[in-house]
Amino acid sequence: MKVNDVILKSVVRGVVFIVFTLGMYLFFAGHNAPGGGFIGGLVLGSGIVLLYLTYDIETVHKGMPFDFKKVAAIGVLLATGSAIASIFFDVPFLTQTDGYYNLPLIGEKHLSTVTIFEAGVALTVIGTLVTIILNISEDE
Amino acid sequence: MLIAFSIMLPFLAAALIPLIYRRFKNIHLGWFVLIVPVALFSLLATYIPRIANGEVFIKTFEWIPSFGINITTYLDGLSMIFSLLITGVGSLVILYSIFYLSTKESLHHFYCYLLLFMGAMLGVVFSDNLMVLYVFWELTSVSSFLLIAFWHHRKASRAGARKAMTITVSGGVAMLAGFLMLYVASGTFSIREIIANLDVVQSSVYFVPAMCLVLLGAFTKSAQFPFHIWLPDAMEAPTPVSAYLHSATMVKAGIYLVARTTPIFGGHEVWFWAVSGVGLLTLFWGSFNAVRQYDLKALLAYSTISQLGLIMSLFGLGSAALHFGYSTQSVIYTQATFAALFHLINHSTFKGALFMMVGIVDHEVGTRDIRRLGGLMSLMPFTFTIAVIGSASMAGLPPFNGFLSKEMFFAATLKITQLDIFSLDSIGLLFPIIAWVASVFTFIYCVIIVMRTFFGKIQPDRLEKPPHEAPFGMLISPFILVAFVIGIFIFPNVLGHYILSPAMASIYPMFPSVEEMTPHIAAWHGYINTELIMTFGVIVVGVFLYRTLKKWRPVYLWIPQSFTLNAIYERVINSSESVSGRVTNRYMNGNLTYYFVYIYVFFVTLLAGYMIYADVFSWNPSKDSLIEPYELVLVFVMIAAAIAIIFAKQRITVVLLNGVLGYSVAFFFVVFRAPDLALTQLVVESVTTALFLLSFKYLPKLKNEYISKSWRFAKVTISVAVGATVTLIGLAVMNYDRFEPISKYFEDSYDLAGGKNIVNTILGDFRAFDTMLEVVVLFIAGLGVYTLIKLKAKKGDGDVESK
Repeated sequence: MKVNDVILKSVVRGVVFIVFTLGMYLFFAGHNAPGGGFIGGLVLGSGIVLLYLTYDIETVHKGMPFDFKKVAAIGVLLATGSAIASIFFDVPFLTQTDGYYNLPLIGEKHLSTVTIFEAGVALTVIGTLVTIILNISEDE
Repeated sequence: MLIAFSIMLPFLAAALIPLIYRRFKNIHLGWFVLIVPVALFSLLATYIPRIANGEVFIKTFEWIPSFGINITTYLDGLSMIFSLLITGVGSLVILYSIFYLSTKESLHHFYCYLLLFMGAMLGVVFSDNLMVLYVFWELTSVSSFLLIAFWHHRKASRAGARKAMTITVSGGVAMLAGFLMLYVASGTFSIREIIANLDVVQSSVYFVPAMCLVLLGAFTKSAQFPFHIWLPDAMEAPTPVSAYLHSATMVKAGIYLVARTTPIFGGHEVWFWAVSGVGLLTLFWGSFNAVRQYDLKALLAYSTISQLGLIMSLFGLGSAALHFGYSTQSVIYTQATFAALFHLINHSTFKGALFMMVGIVDHEVGTRDIRRLGGLMSLMPFTFTIAVIGSASMAGLPPFNGFLSKEMFFAATLKITQLDIFSLDSIGLLFPIIAWVASVFTFIYCVIIVMRTFFGKIQPDRLEKPPHEAPFGMLISPFILVAFVIGIFIFPNVLGHYILSPAMASIYPMFPSVEEMTPHIAAWHGYINTELIMTFGVIVVGVFLYRTLKKWRPVYLWIPQSFTLNAIYERVINSSESVSGRVTNRYMNGNLTYYFVYIYVFFVTLLAGYMIYADVFSWNPSKDSLIEPYELVLVFVMIAAAIAIIFAKQRITVVLLNGVLGYSVAFFFVVFRAPDLALTQLVVESVTTALFLLSFKYLPKLKNEYISKSWRFAKVTISVAVGATVTLIGLAVMNYDRFEPISKYFEDSYDLAGGKNIVNTILGDFRAFDTMLEVVVLFIAGLGVYTLIKLKAKKGDGDVESK
C-alpha cells in the first residue's frame, strides 16, 4: 500500500533544516545559556529520526551514510578520551580548560575543552537514539 | 612514564586487533600480537640493572585526588619479577598458541582477551594505589572468565568459567572491603604510604579484619584451600590459556598481593598462621589429589594448586622475620621468602613447559587420558625430553632448578621449628612433616606424568589420531622454558643477585642490608644435611608408593562424593539460586500497587526516620519570599486535580487530570524563571499524554475491585505519610545547615569552569565524572537493545544450552 505523503515530505524538507540548526545552536549555546550536549544531541537525533520516518531508510542512507552504532562509539571515545587526555597534561583526570583566543576572520572567541567532551556526549546521544529507534522499527 | 605506557600498550593493542584482523586475513594474528609482550619484555629488561642497584621508579598521574585515588605506577624488585614473568611467559605462550590454534578459531576474540588480561595483570603489579590495583584485579578475573569460556559452545567451558569467576570475584570484593578498612585506618590508599605509617595501621582495630579480608582475596585468586576448586574446572580453557593464566600469571596475583602486603601485615601471629597454614594445607591437599587424576591437564591443575600452596607457605614462614624487627639473628628467617620468590620463577618455567607439553600431546594424539596414553617416547622424542625435564624439576630432583628451591623450602621448614614464637616449638614440628609428605605425593604424580604417557605399551586403537612429533614451532616455547630450567640450576646466583635480591628489599623495606638476605644458592653444600636426606627419602618412598599405587588407590574413596568441596559448592550455588528465585517471586508479583508500597514505605522510613533521628525539623518563614495570588490559584488547581484523580471512574479522566498536574508544574517552572525546565516538562508531559491516548484502546477498563477496609486504610496512611514527608523536607531544607552549601561553586561557575550556564558547568565540569559514565551507560544500553533485537536466537537454536 502506497501512502500519499506529499505534504509531509514537503514540510519535512524545510523543518529538518530548522531542527538541525536549532540542535547545533543548542549545542553551542550550552556554555552560557540553556542547551548543551545532551539536549543538542537529542534535537539533532530527533531530526534524523524525522527524516527516517518521512523517507524510507535507503534514501536517507544515501544522504547520510553513517553507521549510527559507530557514531555512538566515536562519541563515547571522544568523551572518555578528552577526560583521559588531561592526565597527559599532568592535571587530574577530567580537568577542563578554557581561554580566549583571537581567531582569524571571526575575532576573539571563547574556546573551551568542555566542547570536546560535550561533542562526545552529543554524538553518543545521537548514535544511541537513532540506533535504537531504527532497530525497533525494523523489528518485525 | 614508560611504566604507565607498558600498562596501556596491551589495551591499545587489544583495541587495534579488529582492524589488523580484517586487513591481514591470511597471516596468523598471533604474529602481530607477539610484538606486544616481546617489546614490553625487552623494555622491562633494560631496567634490571638499575633495579638491582636499588632504584625504584615512581610516577603519579592524578585521577581522583580528592579521594586519594591516583594512578601511581611503581616499579621495584617485586613488580619486576612479576612483570618479567607476565611478559616473558606471555611471549612464549603467544608464540606457542600461533601453532596451537588454527585460523578457523575466532582468533581475534582470543587475542583480544589475552591482551586485556596481560594489561590488567601488568596493572596489578605496577599499581601502588589499592583502588587502582583492585580495578585491575577484577579485570583479570573478567578476562580469565572470557578466556576459559573461549569454546563457549561447550557446556563444561561455560560452567568452569562461571565457577572461576564466582569464586575469584567474591574474593576480590572481600579484598576491596579490606582495602577500605586499610584506608580508614591509615587515611591513604597508597601502599608505600601505608608502609611508611605502619604504627598507625597496626594499632587500629581494623588491622586484623582488614588482614583477613585481603587474604581472602589472595587465597581465592591463588586457588588456596578451600577455594582451589575452580582451578581444575578452569582447565576447560585452551591449553595456551591454562599455561599462561592458570600456572604462570593470574594465579600468582594472589601471591603477589601476599608478598606486597607482607611489610604491612607480616610479623603478626594471625598472618603467619593463616598464610603458612593454608599454604601447607593446600600443598598437601593439591598433591594428594593430583595423584588420583586420569586427565593430564587436571593432574597439572592440582599440581599447580599444590605448588602455589608451597609458595604461599614460604611467604608465611618468611613473614616471621618481621616479628623481631631487624637483627642479625632474624635475617636468617627471611630465607623462606627468598625461597618463595625463587620457586615462583622456577614454577613458572617448569609448569609452563609441562602445560605446553600436555597441549602438544593433546594436539597430536587427541586425548589427555593417561589410561589411553602410553609408549609415546619413541614417537615424540622432543616432547618426551620436555616432559622429563619439567617433571623432574617439579619433583625437586637435580640437576634442575626445582631441586634448588625445594631444598630451600625444606631448609626453611626445619629452621622455623627452632623459633619460640607463635607456639612454633610444639606445633611447628608439623611443618617439615607435612612438607615432606606432600613432596612424596608430588614425586609420585611427576612419575605418573612421565611413565603413563611415554612408557609402557602404545594403544593406537584408543587414540584419536596416529601419534607423531609436534611441528617445530610448537616446540620452541617449551624448549626455551626447559632451557631456563637447566640454566637457572647452573647459574642460580645470577638470578639471585639481579632479580631476587631487589625484590627482597621490597618485601623487607626496614631491613637495611640486602646482601645479608641474599643467600648463596648452591646445589651441593659440601656435606650431607637434613634437606638432602629428606630428598632421598622422598625418592625412595615415592618410588615405592608409585609401584603399589593400585593397592592404595581406594584411599580416595574414603571421602563420600556428596561431601567433597565441589559438591558442597554446587549445593550452595543451586540452593541459593532456588531460594532467591522463590523470594523474588514472592515480592515481584507483577502488581504495581505492591511495588509502590515497597518504594514509598522505604522512602518514608528512611527520610522521615532520618529527620526524626537527626532532629532537623525547623520552619522559619521569615526568609521566604511572598506568595503571589496566582501561585495560590495554581496550587489549588493542582490539589483539586490530584484529589479528583482518586475518585475518577474512567481511565480517560485519570489521564487528562494527570496532564493537568504536569502542565501546572510546568507553569510553576515558568513562574520561577526556569525556561529550560519548563520546556522539558512541557515536552515530556505532552508526549506521555499523547502516548497514553495512542495506546488507549489497548488498555483495559478501570476495574472497580473490592478493597478491604484495612488495606485501604494502609494505602491512605502511606500516601499521607509520603506527602507529609515531602512537605516537611521542603520546609526544613531552607534552614538546614549541616553541610556546607555547594551553591557558591555555582555562583562562581564562570571563574571556575568558564561557563555561565550553571546546569552545564555542573554537567561538564563539577560532576563531569557522572556525565562521562552516563554517556557510557547510555551507549551500552543502546548496544544492548541492538543486540537483543538483531541477534535474537533463531527458532531451533534452543538446544544451545544442552550441548
